[in-house]
Amino acid sequence: MAMAIFKGGVHPEYRKELTASLAISVAPLPEKVVIPLQQHIGAPCEPLVEVGDAVKTGQKIGESEGFVSAPVHASISGRVTAIGPYNHPLGRKVAAVTIESDGQDEWDGQIGPLENYVECSPEELRDAIREAGIVGMGGATFPAHVKMSPPEGKAIDTVIINGAECEPYLTADHRLMLEEPEKVVIGLEVMMRVLGAGKGIIGIEDNKPDAIRVIGQLIEDKPALSVVPLKTKYPQGAEKMLIQVITKRQVPSGGLPLDVGVVNHNTGTAAAVADAVLTGRPLIERVVTVTGEGIRRPANLKVRLGTLVSELTELCGGLSDDTRKLIVGGPMMGLAQPTTDLPVIKGTSGILALTGEEVELIESDTCIRCARCVAACPINLVPTFIAQAAEHGRFARAEKLHAADCIECGCCAYVCPARIPLTQWMRVAKAEVLARRKG
Amino acid sequence: MNDNLVISSSPHIRTFQTVRGVMVDVLIALGPVVAVSILLFGYRALLTMTVAMLAAMLAEALWLHQWNIFGDGSAAVTGLLLAMTLPPDVAWWIPAIGSVTAIIIGKQVYGGIGNNIFNPALVGRAVLVVSWGTHLVGPIWPVPKPFHFFADISAVTTATPLAGEAEALGTTLSQLFIGNTGGCLGETSAMALLLGGLWLLYKGHIDWRIPGAFIGTVWLMGTLFGGAFYNNSVTTGLFHLLAGGVLLGAIFMATDMVTSPVTPWGKLIFGVGCGLITMLIRLFGSYPEGVTFAILTMNALTPLLDKFTIPRKFGEVKQVA
Ligand code: SF4
Ligand code: SF4
Repeated sequence: MAMAIFKGGVHPEYRKELTASLAISVAPLPEKVVIPLQQHIGAPCEPLVEVGDAVKTGQKIGESEGFVSAPVHASISGRVTAIGPYNHPLGRKVAAVTIESDGQDEWDGQIGPLENYVECSPEELRDAIREAGIVGMGGATFPAHVKMSPPEGKAIDTVIINGAECEPYLTADHRLMLEEPEKVVIGLEVMMRVLGAGKGIIGIEDNKPDAIRVIGQLIEDKPALSVVPLKTKYPQGAEKMLIQVITKRQVPSGGLPLDVGVVNHNTGTAAAVADAVLTGRPLIERVVTVTGEGIRRPANLKVRLGTLVSELTELCGGLSDDTRKLIVGGPMMGLAQPTTDLPVIKGTSGILALTGEEVELIESDTCIRCARCVAACPINLVPTFIAQAAEHGRFARAEKLHAADCIECGCCAYVCPARIPLTQWMRVAKAEVLARRKG
Repeated sequence: MNDNLVISSSPHIRTFQTVRGVMVDVLIALGPVVAVSILLFGYRALLTMTVAMLAAMLAEALWLHQWNIFGDGSAAVTGLLLAMTLPPDVAWWIPAIGSVTAIIIGKQVYGGIGNNIFNPALVGRAVLVVSWGTHLVGPIWPVPKPFHFFADISAVTTATPLAGEAEALGTTLSQLFIGNTGGCLGETSAMALLLGGLWLLYKGHIDWRIPGAFIGTVWLMGTLFGGAFYNNSVTTGLFHLLAGGVLLGAIFMATDMVTSPVTPWGKLIFGVGCGLITMLIRLFGSYPEGVTFAILTMNALTPLLDKFTIPRKFGEVKQVA
């Protein structure tokens, strides 16, 4: 079967071989965790504990009234030693709860599985998902229960699990699909139930044939589910691209997947949903790929949320001396960090150390109008014109050129032979255009 | 702890493609054309090309006060392309003046690479045609002397196939394809030009739309309106394609990134426009050849084409399967 493709995109060096064949290993229990009260898009949580309090693993320690929000939980048992601003992967300091471990990892006694989850009502399941603090674990960190509460009149017929993992270097989802495929499938089935969707699809890039096979075998006798192999091309895992390729539906500009009857979730999110209903355990750990040329012993680690990045890099043999860039996330969309003193959060899919050679800060030249950025843009924008408009402060023009539709995938800057930081300009333009729209 | 971590916006990896790399690839693409023209016209071809490239690179280096005379490679490309549009036996100072003009008037006065409106090599050629036209577009052209490097090519002369019906009939299509005919240095061999074009397509430096639309339009117009003087109308169309500067123009000149549209539809219209104007000049104008003027005209329209062909963004039309 010919695989559907989307327009544009790029083929970066994937470098997944560094970790693709390494089984997930469980990181030792951290001495200390730092749990930011905001690990999601939406309203930040208020702390439910005070300095000095004893907490148990899985205990809820932060909650918000807002609908678009997700609670946070203690990921180890121990004592709260501080509540205050701490470095956050998004670049500013965010209020966080610091817990020092008692070494016991004693779980909160109230936690238990949902009785017979197959018979729970959609509402009960949705509440369980919210209570578990589950958010989009691919990096977007949008609260999962919100995506599962479509507005009145929007019927959802398909749930898609994004197993593309199109970011180079990252293999966390790949390993999860290989090692805990049942969870991914159960998570998908729960989501379909919540949404009343008749079809469940797991999309996996064809550079992971083993995952396609494993999941395929698992769902053989489940006619509602299917695995769709996807062409390996970045950004195959971008929501709009994924949905178009799998369902042939285009999410309208400015719209959401549910406008075309689809909800999509990341592999890790599905597994977390399965955990929440099977064991009642909230989201307190995740798989993180620690990799890059600057990491001496790359690995896929299952780590407690709030573990400091410095601890993980040490665990992997430390950063090499020529490490020039530390990134949380993947190389195309991740965020460069000034320090390793920051916690793993729900959306941390990878920790990437790049060495000098790859980082090369080269001055940009003038645009030679080669149109590579135009060809690469999956959203069909003309990045060079928007970047120029942004550079000259002409935001009305940027808006007319649809700057607000940019998904910040990085393809344009990736291909530019003049090395113009196009994506950065796109962000400037997009932020300004959106701010103006709000007035 | 490593405290010289670089902070910059994503993406954190890039292609190793550079402007210089693109230019080097264009030079490589011109390799077969260079080889054929030296085979056909001997040392005179080599001389003209060398002078043109050196003059272009020197002019650019002096203007930009840079020591590395190769620079980003774009001047070398401009010089070589200009040489391709010149007759084999042209006086040595013609390419020199042409190249300096191309670099200074065609490019640097606009603010250098990326900012010029017109293809610099064609600006150079246009100035030469206007000022020293008799050196360039005489009725008489040297006959190629294949494999005679030191041949005195001006001794025997002929007219180019485009000069008129009689001359055209004296040249077969296969002669035109191989390039064994009178003409400018870079335009005689369709085979060499296509080879270079394929390489550029393969490397992703040109988009098929411009050369495709240009070539397609020329062939179509030649077939429809060229008359059947060359056996039949289809072969007349082919004749128009292979004779003269259409392939050189379509593959190497019209595709100049800086001076052609960036949008897919813009490229297509640009190519059609080039073909259309070329054929209007050939069929109804007073000059035998119109490629230079066609491309320059379309260069001028490029900003407009870009403006009106901004692609439809993803999700603009709601599709429900
Ligand atoms: S890729 Fe870079 S050089 Fe090419 S058109 Fe876009 S901005 Fe200009
Ligand atoms: S303009 Fe935006 S969507 Fe298009 S390639 Fe650049 S970053 Fe991606």
